[in-house]
Amino acid sequence: MVKRSAERLYLILIFLFLYFPIFVLMGLSFNNSKSRVIWNGFTLNWYKKLFQNETIMSAFSTTMTITFLSATIATILGTAAAIGISAMKKRNRTIMLGATNIPLLNADIVTGISLMLLFVRFTKLGLSTVLIAHITFNIPYVILNVLPKLNSVSNITYEAALDLGANPVHAFFKVVWPDIKSGIFSGFLMAVTMSLDDFSITYFTKGAGVNTLSTMIYTEMRKGIKPEMYSLSSLLFIIALILLLMINFRSDKKSKSLSRQ
Amino acid sequence: MKKKIIYALIVAALSISLFGCGNQKIDPNKLTVLNYGKYIDPKVIKMFEKETGITVEYEEYESPEEMYAKYKAGSIDYDLACTSDYMVQKLINEKEVLPIDYSNVPLVSNLNTDILKYAQSYDKGNKYSIPYFYGTVGILYNKTKVNTADVNSWNILFDKKYSGKIIMENSVRDTFVVPLKKLGFSINTTSKKQLNQALDILVKQKPLVYAYLVDETGDEMAAGNASLALCYSGEAGYAESLSKDLAFSVPKEGSDMWIDAWFMPKTCIHKANAEKFMNFLCREDIAALNFDYVYYATPNTAVYNSLDEKTRNNTTIFPSKEVLDNCEIFHSINEDMTNYYTELWESLKSY
Repeated sequence: MVKRSAERLYLILIFLFLYFPIFVLMGLSFNNSKSRVIWNGFTLNWYKKLFQNETIMSAFSTTMTITFLSATIATILGTAAAIGISAMKKRNRTIMLGATNIPLLNADIVTGISLMLLFVRFTKLGLSTVLIAHITFNIPYVILNVLPKLNSVSNITYEAALDLGANPVHAFFKVVWPDIKSGIFSGFLMAVTMSLDDFSITYFTKGAGVNTLSTMIYTEMRKGIKPEMYSLSSLLFIIALILLLMINFRSDKKSKSLSRQ
Repeated sequence: MKKKIIYALIVAALSISLFGCGNQKIDPNKLTVLNYGKYIDPKVIKMFEKETGITVEYEEYESPEEMYAKYKAGSIDYDLACTSDYMVQKLINEKEVLPIDYSNVPLVSNLNTDILKYAQSYDKGNKYSIPYFYGTVGILYNKTKVNTADVNSWNILFDKKYSGKIIMENSVRDTFVVPLKKLGFSINTTSKKQLNQALDILVKQKPLVYAYLVDETGDEMAAGNASLALCYSGEAGYAESLSKDLAFSVPKEGSDMWIDAWFMPKTCIHKANAEKFMNFLCREDIAALNFDYVYYATPNTAVYNSLDEKTRNNTTIFPSKEVLDNCEIFHSINEDMTNYYTELWESLKSY
């Protein structure tokens, strides 16, 4: 009995540490005062102001553009790379995997500086340089998610499809795609989160006037972060939560229908 | 985190100077500006672009040290930048600043000549920079909790009555202003003996201190968590808007006056545009917009005269001439002194 309540307490504590800060932030987004410690009554004002604030909105749209473009491109490149790697011989495969994994382990700040040095040699820093940088560090995450799926798919069905007259592209989409779809999707989601989160690499590779949410918030520290940011963060959290619930429900249903079969 | 970024930028600066930059085409209708975060009304940039047809690439930073590192990294060619007094001086000393052609900035006549005089302390002859905002450092106090007769002296920050109720600045030079001025020394002293004396005072004060903070000071004071705070006048103005119990005073022993100013670094490739922008910032309606947005003291007399009496008489925002005359402006210090300050700071923090 004691053990059980101790377990409960432990779990509650963990959840508190994880979610309490977010609830504080959400609470502050409804606070009718700029201060972080004074409660001045409930208001939706910051939400209204958020959509009128051009600085935040433009940083938000830049963030979204970079995130989704880089995640999409990285997913395509990463999937292609994963297919290539899975078809390699064992030795080449280890070398390639090592090469693609290094950017994962490398400190962001080192990646950021080295990319910046490369970019300034050839071009002006701007939105496109940030995009290229993001694609670069997103690709390994996609490969890492797609490769295990590919390994569990046997090559026989794909070859059978070719024997039966399908061309490689057709065979890929009809036979391989359904099996690795979930891996590609989770790779894409991972790329989205990584890209959304990134500060260091963006900071070094961005040109003047290009701001994502993270770099914008950083420069605002000196004069205090605006409450509009609290409301934006709350909205982002809720959207992420809804997406997560939706995905979980879907996979739940699927596994149930599978087990029934 | 902050330090890491600054070091990384320095590393980058070295490597770029080794490899050199690629050739880039120059677009005459552009202007690259570097400024503190949230230090201009975004409308102002829009208006400037509309009136002149110049596209502004607007970049922000967080601290003067970061600005220096960012500029030195050289990955972006800045045409115009704004930073604090001692950093402007440091860049002038390093010959990194271009002189301003005042015939292109006629509206500088709007600026208060007194402030321009003070600015000479870091920019002799006002050759290189134009003041943007200014203010002081002083004591923000809670009228209901402290003896208001005592706030005109730094001594109140060492009064045992207020133990655990005092907030100091979490930055070395700002905090050293207090003991140096209390002892009657200059805030730009290079005498290690004087600095050691100052440190002794701060060490004795440490048990009374609630916390060393930077931008949370206003909030903490408004919430009543402390009764006295060493504070920038701008932050104090914000705190006073949160709580009626708060007031601000610059002690009679003197203090630090700060000026943030615009200058053109050597990387400037659109000099005419940069001067146009500085002139634009001096225009009355534009300076008024910026004043409303930032709410620090503006050196623009035209704006000052158009303000209502209540704002003009707000001595937190606009310190009187007597107070300013009693203040000093930070000078840039050499590497040796910087290291010494860092040492002192660390020994204070670890005490």
